[in-house]
Amino acid sequence: MEAIWEFFGWLYEVHGINLTIFYDELDRARFLKGIWTTIHLSFISIVISILIGIAGAWLQMSRLIWLRRVVQGYIQFFRNTPPLIQLYFFYFAVDAALSSLFGINGGILDGYGWAVVSLSFFAGAFNVEIFRAGVEAVPKSTVEAADALGYNRLQVYRYITLPLAFRVCLPALNNNLINLLKTTTVAYAIAVPETIYVANQIWSDEYNVLEMMNVVWIIYIVLVGFLVWLMHKWEKSIKIPGFGQ
Amino acid sequence: MSTSTWTPDQPIVSLTDVHKSFGNLEVLKGVSLDVMKGEVICIIGPSGSGKSTLIRCINALNDIQSGSISVEGQQVHDPDLDKLELRKKVGMVFQQYNLFPHKTALENIMMAPLLVLKQDKVEVEQRARALIKKVRLEDKEDSYPGELSGGQQQRVAIARSLAMNPDVMLFDEVTAALDPETVNEVLITIKELAADGMTCILVTHEMGFAREIADQIYFTDRGIIVEHGPPSTFFSQAKDPRTKEFLQQIL
Repeated sequence: MEAIWEFFGWLYEVHGINLTIFYDELDRARFLKGIWTTIHLSFISIVISILIGIAGAWLQMSRLIWLRRVVQGYIQFFRNTPPLIQLYFFYFAVDAALSSLFGINGGILDGYGWAVVSLSFFAGAFNVEIFRAGVEAVPKSTVEAADALGYNRLQVYRYITLPLAFRVCLPALNNNLINLLKTTTVAYAIAVPETIYVANQIWSDEYNVLEMMNVVWIIYIVLVGFLVWLMHKWEKSIKIPGFGQ
Repeated sequence: MSTSTWTPDQPIVSLTDVHKSFGNLEVLKGVSLDVMKGEVICIIGPSGSGKSTLIRCINALNDIQSGSISVEGQQVHDPDLDKLELRKKVGMVFQQYNLFPHKTALENIMMAPLLVLKQDKVEVEQRARALIKKVRLEDKEDSYPGELSGGQQQRVAIARSLAMNPDVMLFDEVTAALDPETVNEVLITIKELAADGMTCILVTHEMGFAREIADQIYFTDRGIIVEHGPPSTFFSQAKDPRTKEFLQQIL
């Protein structure tokens, strides 16, 4: 480790390439923390957005028209507005409104909490549409067979429709989750110390914008690459022999 | 309810003046038929005559406009009907097998007893393995539907239905999608089932099979039952000109 630190110290002194995150303990600590924040912010938002997608696609099949309309309204709202504005809306407007409603001082959630909520709703809106497309691709006759065996609606969805829909819509889901990971950068705007936020702190202190920009590129390429690799592994693991070729 | 009044000497399945339309198209125009316990009936007729619709109404996959259908004395289209109770009694096998492609043959058979009947897993698995054996697919338990031939899939579908211990089995043109050489293996399975005393209602185009297996043959055309009778007289002494014409074409 020492040798690596020394190498980057030398790189700066001799070549002027200043990567403080490798040889300065404070910078390294805050930068790693920033990456870690991006990772768990992404992970939590991905999980919640998938749950929203599953629930939303289920509600879209409801016989109650007003329920379907509420889901449609939700989708339109979050799909047709920029994620940054959604984040501001939750962090400033919703937080303030809820705080005064419940008489709480200092806000309901912190920036991180609202980033999770906002990003989950944002990606969730797309996930509902993605899952719905998957659900529609499941043959009606397969669902009918389950009906004839006495499955109730929830059992049909949970055990038949959803597992088959998942396999159909994984490529689209993949795209959306990649997008979600990249969109976590908007949390920068409300001072959530994620990768970009800490990179900005570092380059303000050290005047090494160019170096940090390059590092940030690489970080996101690696993070997204890892997510893609994970999704492909998942896709492979649920492949059904003799189905869909 | 009338459920408690049913006794085995009454029809197990009874249709009375059943009318069914899809939009403006009337598919069933007053169909009545009775099936006794243990009876095997075959419904034949030209395509579009409402055969499939008819048996789909029996387990409430289709609703009806008027008339009544009862299974063991229970009104099928009673809004208060517990559909689960009905579907426990009535098994159905489809033309396109409709197995769950993401589950193995054994899992396909076990799922409904576990999920719907909430039966014990060990007991269900024993029964499922016995059923797999009964349809002669012992070595295919862990195969996925996509790895099986049409005839094999259809036999798994029959076993899946039987796992619910139904009192009546519906077969909707179950050999129509099969390769000719696999038709027989499915027909043998059904024949054994009928010999065991299972009440069977079949829609079929296999006339030889119908003649061999059926207690009663019903001929439908344009939404009505034109005539019916036991195979011994039906094929040789059809009275209605429509029946005669149909039989001439296919025999």
